[in-house]
Amino acid sequence: MTESAGQDGRHPMTGNALDGNAEGGMERHSYDVVVIGAGGAGLRAAIAAHESGAKTAIVCKSLLGKAHTVMAEGGIAASMGNVYPDDNWEVHFRDTMRGGKMLNNWRMAQLHAQEAPERVMELEDWGALFDRTEDGLISQRDFGGHKYARLAHVGDRTGLEMIRTLQQRAVALGIDVYMECTITDVFKDPESGAISGAFGYWRESGRFIVFDTPTVILATGGIGKSFKVTSNSWEYTGDGHALAMRAGASLINMEFVQFHPTGMVWPPSVKGLLVTESVRGDGGILKNSEGERFMFNYIPEFFKAETADTIEEADRWYDDKKNNRRPPELLPRDEVARAINSEIKAGRGTPHGGIYLDIASRRTPEFIKKRLPSMYHQFKELADVDITAEPMEIGPTCHYVMGGVEVDADTQESAVTGLYAVGECSGGMHGSNRLGGNSLGDLLVFGKRAGEFATTYVNSLGSDRPRIDAADIKAAERSALAPFEVEGGENPYTIQSDLQQSMNDLVGIIRTAAELQQSLTEIEGFKTRARTMVVEGHRQYNPGWHLAIDLRNMLIVSECIAKAALARTESRGGHTRDDFPGPNAEWGTKNLVVNLNAEGTGVELHEKPLPVMPAELTKYFEGSK
Amino acid sequence: MAYKLKLRIWRGDAAGGEIKDYPVEVSEGEVVLDAIHRVQGTQAGDLAVRWNCKAGKCGSCSAEVNGKPRLMCMCRLSDFAEDETITVTPMRSFPVIRDLVTDVSFNYEKAKELPSFSPPPRDADNKRRMAQVDVERGQEFRKCIECFLCQNTCHVVRDHEENKKAFAGPRFFLRYAELDMHPLDTNDRRNMAQEQAGLGMCNITKCCTEVCPEGIKITDNAIIPMKERVADRKFDPLVWLGAKIGMRNKDDDGRTEL
Repeated sequence: MTESAGQDGRHPMTGNALDGNAEGGMERHSYDVVVIGAGGAGLRAAIAAHESGAKTAIVCKSLLGKAHTVMAEGGIAASMGNVYPDDNWEVHFRDTMRGGKMLNNWRMAQLHAQEAPERVMELEDWGALFDRTEDGLISQRDFGGHKYARLAHVGDRTGLEMIRTLQQRAVALGIDVYMECTITDVFKDPESGAISGAFGYWRESGRFIVFDTPTVILATGGIGKSFKVTSNSWEYTGDGHALAMRAGASLINMEFVQFHPTGMVWPPSVKGLLVTESVRGDGGILKNSEGERFMFNYIPEFFKAETADTIEEADRWYDDKKNNRRPPELLPRDEVARAINSEIKAGRGTPHGGIYLDIASRRTPEFIKKRLPSMYHQFKELADVDITAEPMEIGPTCHYVMGGVEVDADTQESAVTGLYAVGECSGGMHGSNRLGGNSLGDLLVFGKRAGEFATTYVNSLGSDRPRIDAADIKAAERSALAPFEVEGGENPYTIQSDLQQSMNDLVGIIRTAAELQQSLTEIEGFKTRARTMVVEGHRQYNPGWHLAIDLRNMLIVSECIAKAALARTESRGGHTRDDFPGPNAEWGTKNLVVNLNAEGTGVELHEKPLPVMPAELTKYFEGSK
Repeated sequence: MAYKLKLRIWRGDAAGGEIKDYPVEVSEGEVVLDAIHRVQGTQAGDLAVRWNCKAGKCGSCSAEVNGKPRLMCMCRLSDFAEDETITVTPMRSFPVIRDLVTDVSFNYEKAKELPSFSPPPRDADNKRRMAQVDVERGQEFRKCIECFLCQNTCHVVRDHEENKKAFAGPRFFLRYAELDMHPLDTNDRRNMAQEQAGLGMCNITKCCTEVCPEGIKITDNAIIPMKERVADRKFDPLVWLGAKIGMRNKDDDGRTEL
């Protein structure tokens, strides 16, 4: 820990002040690089910054090792070629672009495909224990949208393995970690406009903390908590998205929200909880209430050439990939989620309003327990369902946001000097739809890049560093304490719950102009209500207060999603418009960019042409639409 | 289906506290954490509780339910009779911060004391090779979600604060065992496990195994084999002789003692 920690009754490891009444003034630290978020992207960025020589801190809302990466199940997509020697970065690049319906930032997709294999090998160097092939190499599994089996995995708990490995690496390197500490503002130098610091509070004590730092790497994950049915945890309130906007950076692709096809639908308390795509990768199929394997009715033109159109061919594919095409259950997630949604709407759903995901009739109990131990456990413990004996009931759940901070592809720097964004809170890499397995690779590849480029920038500054304006600190303090000042206002939990219901109903998997317009009206209403939120109690570990602060971020991000969704009058990837079915070629050439308006009260939006792919890469797409 | 649950929750902080009644409406299929969240949303907005995934994967919502160390998200209400009172208290072995939130920094301290994995160079083709059967031993231990329920329940520290300094606890014996059984690691931590982590203080009552929500056989598969490895190295005359004439346990072959 820092020298300053370990003093004044703090824990030597966490540096946390436990005494809520402690006076002692504002805690202040100085770093080269401050990483916000301790999931895969944040940890990898911090490791890279530290190894490049930067004095680095990780600041995270939860305890170390609890971030959402822990929930990732299937694996890390990397063309290591351990199972199929024909695999290489070019094939992976092509799969990624086609999965994103060509709206991806081509350069990010290329860097990701090229660098993912080495990033996986590093995890093994640091102690990760991946499942093995017969030859003792890292095993790779099939997933939707990937031509070859290429997901490095550990059963169905790959995310846990990844976060623990990175956590243990960060601890071994002695990187400072500020756990249960929430950043509420980033500061800029009043003259140069470059990043100069960050402001937050300790959740345990409610005390404020200021970081003097010329670089902030946002690695805060996604926005899923704005939706009622979601696989995301409480932390996913769009903090990085909102911090970036308030600092003057822009977001892209916010209309693209991934609804994972398979979330649990029963019991109600776990509705939305993720059921890994590995179930389908390992042989599971989707059936409606009439017992029909319906995915064959939903193969889109775009993927016809590479998808099996008979059950016989689909079933042969698991053993002979050379001579057969992929089962339609393994189409990209947006396609499968839409198909499931249609079947349920057509009245062919299960008793609890989902459809059936069946692996019990396809694989032996031993195989299922070996390959999918967490799923077996999850259904057994939470739903009383034995997945080796009966089908699961599943339905779409809000899982991931493709949109995020607009960054430079190579460095991950935003439009604000010194402000970087990585992982789910950055945008561009996945286009309009992310392929399963590409998230974990994204975290590693761009986490490392951001950490290194941030350090390079810091080194270029010398001793002339951007400074924090004292008035900005005062303002941040006032803003954070505002919910305590109000009397007779509304409970933040109620506003959050109404927002989640509204986003689910009006900005969900299938959208229309009328509903999106209504959602924008409702969001304005929530914003008004949020201005008079009130929290009870005091500042020490007070979840009501924490939510009141997070809710502001959720509202601004929800507005971005609804506004961009209304503007994009086509259907593409994770954005489906009932009133504009099918993709539109012109929309395929541009991104929607959102910014905070000048008053800071709402968001504004403009179109921007996609970066143009160079000729040496366009050749991979000749002959395909 | 819905009924009023007789829920009681410990409220307070380091200075003291008490168990308070929070009768709350619950419904079919819910878990204790759902009931806690409903109390938070409707009756006590400042009720402090840790949670993240609500799916038994992150290990944040550890507490004691009717005195038993549990993850609140995996503790189903249907396991209790509808008229039964459910009392939720914070983990007892760690200092209370507020309500159900405890100071678990002990565990993060202990993690820092453990030297990390140290592999040899990669193979000539830049890959590493390990057999599935060899990685599986460590994989069982790496299922650990760090809920710290085993640390909380272990009687070596549960009622003996004074032992915490010299005792790393079951979670870290898992880690020692994992690294000792890693096919590629080059460090020998057996002496450290005994001398620094206090492996010898464990008298294998298996309390840790009983509370592990991941079903890891902590005592049988990690602690006992680790104790045997330590004992082999220290006391077994045959092993001592073998070492003298260059015969070694394959797992520890070529390792450097730390």
